[in-house]
Amino acid sequence: MSNAELISQDPGWIIALKGLIIFAACVFLTIMSVWGERRIVARMQQRSGPNRVGKFGLLQALVDGVKLALKEDLIPKAADRIVFVLAPVISTTTCFMAFAVIPLTGEVNFFGHTTAMQLTDLSVGVLYVLAIASVGVYGIVLAGWSSGSTYPLLGGLRSSAQVISYEVAMGLSLVAVFIYSGSMSTSEIVAAQHDWWNAVILFPSFLIYAISMVGETNRAPFDLAEAEGELVGGFHTEYSSLKFALFFLSEYVNIIAVSALATTLFLGGYHALPGLNFTEQWLGGWFTLVWFFIKVLAFFFVFVWLRGTLPRLRYDQFMKFGWKVLIPFSLAWIMVVSTLRVMSQRESPRFLIIAFIFSVAFIYIGVTSLSDRSKAKKLADSKITNITQPDFPVPVIPNSEVEQLNG
Amino acid sequence: MINLALDVGTTAGPESVLFYLLAPLSVLASLGMLLVKKAVHSALLLAWVMVSLAIFYIAQDALFLGIVQIVVYTGAVMMLFLFILMLVGVDTSDSLEENIKGLRPIAITAAIGFGGLLISLIGRATFNRPTIGFILANAGGNANGIAEQLFTKYVFAFEVVSALLITAALGAMVLAHSQKSRSQFAQRDLSIARFRKSDLKDAAGLPGPGVYALHNAVDVPALLPNGQPAPSSISAVLQARGDIIESSKYQLTQEEEEK
Repeated sequence: MSNAELISQDPGWIIALKGLIIFAACVFLTIMSVWGERRIVARMQQRSGPNRVGKFGLLQALVDGVKLALKEDLIPKAADRIVFVLAPVISTTTCFMAFAVIPLTGEVNFFGHTTAMQLTDLSVGVLYVLAIASVGVYGIVLAGWSSGSTYPLLGGLRSSAQVISYEVAMGLSLVAVFIYSGSMSTSEIVAAQHDWWNAVILFPSFLIYAISMVGETNRAPFDLAEAEGELVGGFHTEYSSLKFALFFLSEYVNIIAVSALATTLFLGGYHALPGLNFTEQWLGGWFTLVWFFIKVLAFFFVFVWLRGTLPRLRYDQFMKFGWKVLIPFSLAWIMVVSTLRVMSQRESPRFLIIAFIFSVAFIYIGVTSLSDRSKAKKLADSKITNITQPDFPVPVIPNSEVEQLNG
Repeated sequence: MINLALDVGTTAGPESVLFYLLAPLSVLASLGMLLVKKAVHSALLLAWVMVSLAIFYIAQDALFLGIVQIVVYTGAVMMLFLFILMLVGVDTSDSLEENIKGLRPIAITAAIGFGGLLISLIGRATFNRPTIGFILANAGGNANGIAEQLFTKYVFAFEVVSALLITAALGAMVLAHSQKSRSQFAQRDLSIARFRKSDLKDAAGLPGPGVYALHNAVDVPALLPNGQPAPSSISAVLQARGDIIESSKYQLTQEEEEK
């Protein structure tokens, strides 16, 4: 039975209980992921990280939460009070809503009922997640505007521009998945990946999604909305106490949410790794939850890894990358995927399909080599030669003859 | 999804509860949108109206339409609106002065025309048409149903509207675009230019503005060794505006130095 049929038979109390469990799991996962991030980043930077409160510092995030709650709650004089309070509320409520359509397990035994750990199954589930994400941006933008000071405003503006641009790329990367799976429902997309993961078949889409999900969650190296070197704290500069804690919470829940969506769309969802399919029946089907969380936490690790490794991008480079690289590339990729899809549905002769693939590859190589050549020409033109050296020592001008002589 | 096979024209219990809860709220929000003073507040109220409309669509089985309404209108269009409104600042409220002459009669005509259009459309849908209901229209799935209508029966209207929108977007870009008189200097070009000058006095960068015990700001010139203020330590913009504080009052006087 498919997940959609299983869920539609749920009585009310199961739905309520599931909602509660998903909410509690999100909060717990957030607390643990804050601890995990600090430990992993510390290890990458040759430090120990939090290790005082509880075993391995496991309770550190909990203690930090209590500390935040006990701090003084300030509202700046210049702030727009209603919007200032509303912003963290919007941010937090929306980030939890995305989990309603994510299938966490396959068929499981839930207190004697056969059901699946998925709150609801919409026929346009993935679009629903995008819609919720786009409402969630309001939290950040309104926080920036309502604070009534410059840094938050700049942070809010940056983040709105950023999220709009990267949502376009993200949406386009999902189109290929929809075309290939023939559905926009999360559970059907998981079912369509029974033989091959989408990450393998639609690797370019996976790559684009993975990049744009970092941009979408405002995380390093794309965390320009809260770039502490330029904007102090960005949109949440003026927030303190529990209101800040809500932003903190929503940032981490968002990371888990986009990771869960990536798992569902590209990594086979709750299914086991290839070759380990027998484990899916363990614990009455509940072992699929373990697989799901292993994949989600792998994504989370990559998020932390990126933060520990890459420097922040400059804002204009970041926007250029989104609009001039990701979006045109994904548009071209969608054309290729849909052509192949129509070809396979019409049962075109095999040589035609192969010829199409080869011609696409040929065009790709041609275009990239041409652009490389023009870049190299530009670089050669921009070289400065024959500078008369003054008599006193000056720093070496890049690309001058002296530098080339010195190597 | 609320999917109850009902007769056309009747409403199920949960749906009517939803309607009586949300409808007054959205009417209040749309009234508030017209009446509140701050532009951002009315934009927010408009966003709320859009979200509640989307919820109505979803409750009536037009799932795809509802979600797309949120993605496109609330997520993208309203966000761009907010983007512009935010630049106006938190304290400003709209002025009631008419900047462009004749705007008021044009606005009133457009409003009457739009209202007439809405009334005639709703009237036609209510009185003159046999209703089919969403269950029949959604027989092949909501997204499929819309796609079929859009790309067969209404394909011409669809293409015309998209051409119109693209023209409008291009027009806006052309109007807003201004030709730059010179190309922007990058950090690299500026650095090269500094060293190319005959006088290498400023090659290492200009002096910073004044930092004193009593004042520390970009609008106070730094002092040269001979006690004269250094005008090159202040940004050209501040100089042009005349926003400069005299640095002499922060100098040590002779007596203070002797102490």
